[in-house]
Amino acid sequence: MASKQPDALLGPESDSQRTQYPYVTGTSVVAIKYKDGILMASDMGGSYGSTLRYKSVERIKPIGKHSLLGASGEISDFQEILRYLDELILYDNMWDDGNSLGPKEVHNYLTRIMYNRRNKFNPLWNSLVLGGVKNGQKYLGTVSMIGVNFEDNHVASGFGNHLARPILRQEWHENLSFEDGVRLLEKCMLVLLYRDRSAINKFQIAKITDEGVTIHQPYSLKTNWEFSAFQNPSQGAVGTW
Amino acid sequence: MAKQHANWSPYDNNGGSCVAIAGADYCVIAADTRMSTGYNILTRDYSKICKLADKCVMASSGFQADVKALQKHLGARHLIYQHQHNKQMSCPAMAQLLSNTLYYKRFFPYYSFNVLGGLDNEGKGCVFTYDAVGSYEKVGYSSQGSGSTLIMPFLDNQLKSPSPLLLPAQDAVTPLAEDEAVDLVKTVFASASERDIYTGDKLEIVVINADGLRREYIDLRKD
Repeated sequence: MASKQPDALLGPESDSQRTQYPYVTGTSVVAIKYKDGILMASDMGGSYGSTLRYKSVERIKPIGKHSLLGASGEISDFQEILRYLDELILYDNMWDDGNSLGPKEVHNYLTRIMYNRRNKFNPLWNSLVLGGVKNGQKYLGTVSMIGVNFEDNHVASGFGNHLARPILRQEWHENLSFEDGVRLLEKCMLVLLYRDRSAINKFQIAKITDEGVTIHQPYSLKTNWEFSAFQNPSQGAVGTW
Repeated sequence: MAKQHANWSPYDNNGGSCVAIAGADYCVIAADTRMSTGYNILTRDYSKICKLADKCVMASSGFQADVKALQKHLGARHLIYQHQHNKQMSCPAMAQLLSNTLYYKRFFPYYSFNVLGGLDNEGKGCVFTYDAVGSYEKVGYSSQGSGSTLIMPFLDNQLKSPSPLLLPAQDAVTPLAEDEAVDLVKTVFASASERDIYTGDKLEIVVINADGLRREYIDLRKD
């Protein structure tokens, strides 16, 4: 009976596993355009379900000369994406023609990778944020695990869509200085730290301009848990205990 | 208790509304620029309108990733057509191509709701309206997307298309002048964005006539 040995018919893919749910995940990434380029922030937590399993995961990485990639979602899938991109950049460099892939090209590549994998019902479980500057042109875009993609002046993944983007929509403007940009991102990360349970107080902020990439050393934000709403969260909320 | 974990769907609904109106010598195609997922607004400035040929544009709502794939595919097919025939594809030809392309994925459909508008070979306005798997119809006006349930009856009321059952077949183009059609489009979107949370932010209007293709934008509700 043919049905007794389906493996031979279905090929080598048939017994391989597909990511149907994530294992180790990172939470939000927030990024903005500012006067000279792009600023991106994320914390360094890696959650195993609700367990905080890793505390030093770098979720922002430079790609080629002009781009910066931030990822939330499955960490191992992110590392696989980094391998794809390493190969892409390597093969691009091998032309040795003085041309290089800019953020727009890398973002488009990621868009096709993510959409292609969802078409195979084998998604890469990430929300990606890609920022960069090439020839003075700023670029900031995002891709989801099923391939939904767009550009904007500020983007965020995961909880950042709920908590950070309203702040960004209110306070972002075209001519943010580096200092004001960092302050705005820190404000967003602080709100996420207070309200997103998988966020941790260890951040990286990265900057990309025409001069290149700078990823700052991890640091913590000063928190204040003495707000009266934190002291007695249910006070005045009728029907709770 | 069964283990709880995140699940995924290959589809999303990113919302948005599209309208097209055909006149005797023009065609108006319009769509809002909001892109949403659930109760989130992803961006307020995403164009749903794609120019496929000189006299043929498509407005699409639904799942953005599928729409993008569809646009790229049609763009590539049109490039091949130009190389083979040394001319632009006509709007009715593109309409058939779009239908075939959608039906080709009948069992894993493009989740996209399209209206195609442009000028036919006689320079007359034409509108084609589709479902996600490629059934299509030539009409005088149409609306697709999240706000279509609000927009379509309003257009029916204002434009009163002749019954498709009439013999001999009546011309489907609307009797409106170009500027009247543009005003009507602005009104229907202003109305739809009052009640449909997936329609808003900005309205992009494309007008095609003998002079070529013109774009204009107006603001819609941002809440």
